[in-house]
Amino acid sequence: MTPLDKPGAATGLRTGRPRRRRAGAGGRRVVPLPLLLPGLLALAFLLLPLLALLVRAPWRSLPEQLGSTEVWQALQLSLISATAATAVSLVLGVPLAWLLARTDFPGRGLVRALVTLPLVLPPVVGGVALLLALGRNGVVGRWLDAWFGITLPFTTTGVVIAEAFVAMPFLVISVEGTLRAADPRYEEAAATLGASRFTAFRRVTLPLIAPGIAAGAVLAWARALGEFGATITFAGNFPGRTQTMPLSVYLALQNDPEAAIALSLVLLTVSIAVLAALRDRWMTTP
Amino acid sequence: MTHTTPHPDKHLADSTTTGLNARLVVDRPAFRLDVTLTAAPGEVVALLGPNGAGKTTALRALAGLTPLTDGHLHLDGTPLEHTPPESRPVGVVFQDYLLFPHLSALDNVAFGPRCQGVGKAEARARAAAWLDRMGLADHAATRPRRLSGGQAQRVALARALATRPRLLLLDEPLAALDARTRLEVRAGLRRHLAEFEAVSVLVTHDPLDAMVLADRLVVVEHGRVVQQGTPAGIARHPRTDYIARLVGLNLYRGQAAGHTVRLDTGPAVTTTEELSGPAFVAFPPSAVTLFRDRPSGVSARNLWRCEVTGLETHGDRIRADLTGELPLAADLTTVAAAELGLRPGTPVWATVKATQTHAYPA
Amino acid sequence: MTRSVRRTRRTLRLAGAGAAAALALSACSSSADSSGASGAGASGSAGASASPELSGTVTVFAAASLKESFTTLGEEFEHRHPGTKVSFNFSGSDALAASITGGAPADVFAAASPRTMKTVTDAGAASGAPVTFVRNQLEIATRPGNPAKVSSLKDLTKSGLKVVLCDKTVPCGAAARKALDAAGIELTPVSYEQDVKSALNKVRLDEADAAVVYKTDVKAAKGKVQGVEFPESAGAVNDYPITALKNGRNAEAAQAFITLVRSADGQKVLGEAGFLKP
Repeated sequence: MTPLDKPGAATGLRTGRPRRRRAGAGGRRVVPLPLLLPGLLALAFLLLPLLALLVRAPWRSLPEQLGSTEVWQALQLSLISATAATAVSLVLGVPLAWLLARTDFPGRGLVRALVTLPLVLPPVVGGVALLLALGRNGVVGRWLDAWFGITLPFTTTGVVIAEAFVAMPFLVISVEGTLRAADPRYEEAAATLGASRFTAFRRVTLPLIAPGIAAGAVLAWARALGEFGATITFAGNFPGRTQTMPLSVYLALQNDPEAAIALSLVLLTVSIAVLAALRDRWMTTP
Repeated sequence: MTHTTPHPDKHLADSTTTGLNARLVVDRPAFRLDVTLTAAPGEVVALLGPNGAGKTTALRALAGLTPLTDGHLHLDGTPLEHTPPESRPVGVVFQDYLLFPHLSALDNVAFGPRCQGVGKAEARARAAAWLDRMGLADHAATRPRRLSGGQAQRVALARALATRPRLLLLDEPLAALDARTRLEVRAGLRRHLAEFEAVSVLVTHDPLDAMVLADRLVVVEHGRVVQQGTPAGIARHPRTDYIARLVGLNLYRGQAAGHTVRLDTGPAVTTTEELSGPAFVAFPPSAVTLFRDRPSGVSARNLWRCEVTGLETHGDRIRADLTGELPLAADLTTVAAAELGLRPGTPVWATVKATQTHAYPA
Repeated sequence: MTRSVRRTRRTLRLAGAGAAAALALSACSSSADSSGASGAGASGSAGASASPELSGTVTVFAAASLKESFTTLGEEFEHRHPGTKVSFNFSGSDALAASITGGAPADVFAAASPRTMKTVTDAGAASGAPVTFVRNQLEIATRPGNPAKVSSLKDLTKSGLKVVLCDKTVPCGAAARKALDAAGIELTPVSYEQDVKSALNKVRLDEADAAVVYKTDVKAAKGKVQGVEFPESAGAVNDYPITALKNGRNAEAAQAFITLVRSADGQKVLGEAGFLKP
């Protein structure tokens, strides 16, 4: 907002009116250059690599590249595991977000910081950490193996766990922010009507923050879909079981860049399609 | 004001077994609420006070939304101070109603009964009956955002009453409404409160709302009860500047001796009543007459030299705020104000006839 | 840079003495079979004896399996040529080759397979022909004490045994596939790892019971895994080629580093790491 646009409190009606009228007659307000130029630059910066991918894509050999069953296997696995990881993140992450936003306990700030740790942790390190925790010989994993005969590495479940580990913080942070912005007095109103805290959460808060949850879920899903480092480290790489699209792209890049580009295009197309569909459906506020 | 108490003078006697009997103590940094409140079933009590007096805190404490530091809260003989809000037989109408935006009016009203374990169909039937009673049968399926202010207020009231509370709390129930709607809603609310068989406590800073809706006023300032009584009694005998201003009176405190009350600030006011000892003296702004020059032929003994600090239009009259020997408010016609050429800073003489003052023991 | 310079260098090299003598000699002795390697990339009077003239950073892209031995050689190089610094990038050979053909500013490339090296030479990124400086043989890595009792390649197919291989796109995976095919063994691993170190780490962390990796990797793990030799590995020995690169910024130092790698001292370090002589 330029200083000229600021409606000065001291300005009387007489000076205020014509200015407003002029602004109305002149049509749109001018977008300030210090915002416009960096904004456009940012847009170009984000779109250019995608554009380059399209320009250099091996369009002619594309049908052949995409004909292999491995591609579809990887894509299918990616979609399933990203969706499952998002579901896990929702079931566990939304309650965690509620705890962080609505309760007060000692060390809450620290817990919040710890929750965001996977955001800054290199995913490969995250994968190693998961191995140390849930691997066959891991801190917890050894008991899973001994008591239930469950081993997680090298399984599709492992892929889901690795993706959820990396994606859940996005959801928690997003939902917690929405919860903090939501008016807690609705929960109080529900309480005076006889609702327990859980009922108030389920029947009042949850519907109110649904758009925020949807946005967080989409973020988490997108992050899970693109997850590479934690997945390959924790779950390994086996076609049809743990080889998701990003793994397949990475390995294809080793000796067949064209195939890698083709795979990337598929991943890109599918994610754009899904995100666009979700946006129309859920992400618009009611 | 003519609204009579269903059980006059009964609230004190019976409050241990029926109705409300509470002492609400809430400690906050730099603020302490300590309010004793009793009310009989069917009685409507208004907590009246300026912003920040602690009225809303008292209401929240009654609802269980703010924990008590000390004191007690008995409703129909049952101690509730350790009961969580969802288990208290208390209904609340919030200032901005807080209707759940994702639920229809009907489902908003049915929410309470559902939480109390009533089946879905039964809860909706009850809610429909309440909406019907509020004249909102046509709006059952409407979302809160599509309701007018007055309709939303009635849905909020229906929602609070649908849980069959033994204590109904209303936080500034008319504050969110525009002037015209307010008049209409106030009348409707009064009718519903009169029909309600248990205790109602409403919080307001609007004296008119308080006087129209309540059987008894409890005036709260700085976390304390400064005065309580019937609306008429309080209007006639205000005991603080705040109440005096609310009911439109000039109020002073001083020492009475015969027909004269010597004010703590210096000047004296002559009255018709004969008193001695600490006393209040009050007179309405309309009793004040203003002159530009010292009046010579005026018999009034109450004559003070003042200065205009502010002018405000009230309908067809003008309210002048004066400082000087005696700070006071004076009402005069627009014609008189124009003839006197009043504007802030104008020096004036103010007189009040002794017959128009009213003195009573402090 | 030019051929006349190279001749000068040879003379200088012959004049080498002291600590640099061995290096110089070994470089000479191998020059017969690798004259191409020390070809166009060589420049200046970068003989070992003229070490004071070497300076700056030499950037070496090397296969992950070379990490331990090349790190040792890098220190040795810096010690012999004060003022130089060797900067390493250890990774899967294919990833390295991809970044080199993508224009990464590297001076030296040491690959774990001729096939990966070929992508670099095909792209015209190498300066001169690559030479094989070591060879690496496969071995089965198991947990210390070999609790799964693996004694042959065939044992890896035992049911319930979790085996990881390298992905076929990286050299160790291609070699393992070659050995398995040659032996006619059908093996389904639990994972195809993206490089040999992650395959080995799966065994170290006890997530897998066995991995087919290089002998050198088993050695580098220093007892954290146990190696099991298998005869089929002889049929799948990996040649490690090395070359200077056109995109490099320090051609003299690059050549000197390659010379060191191929010297007797260099071969000794590599031999200790488990590599075979070329």
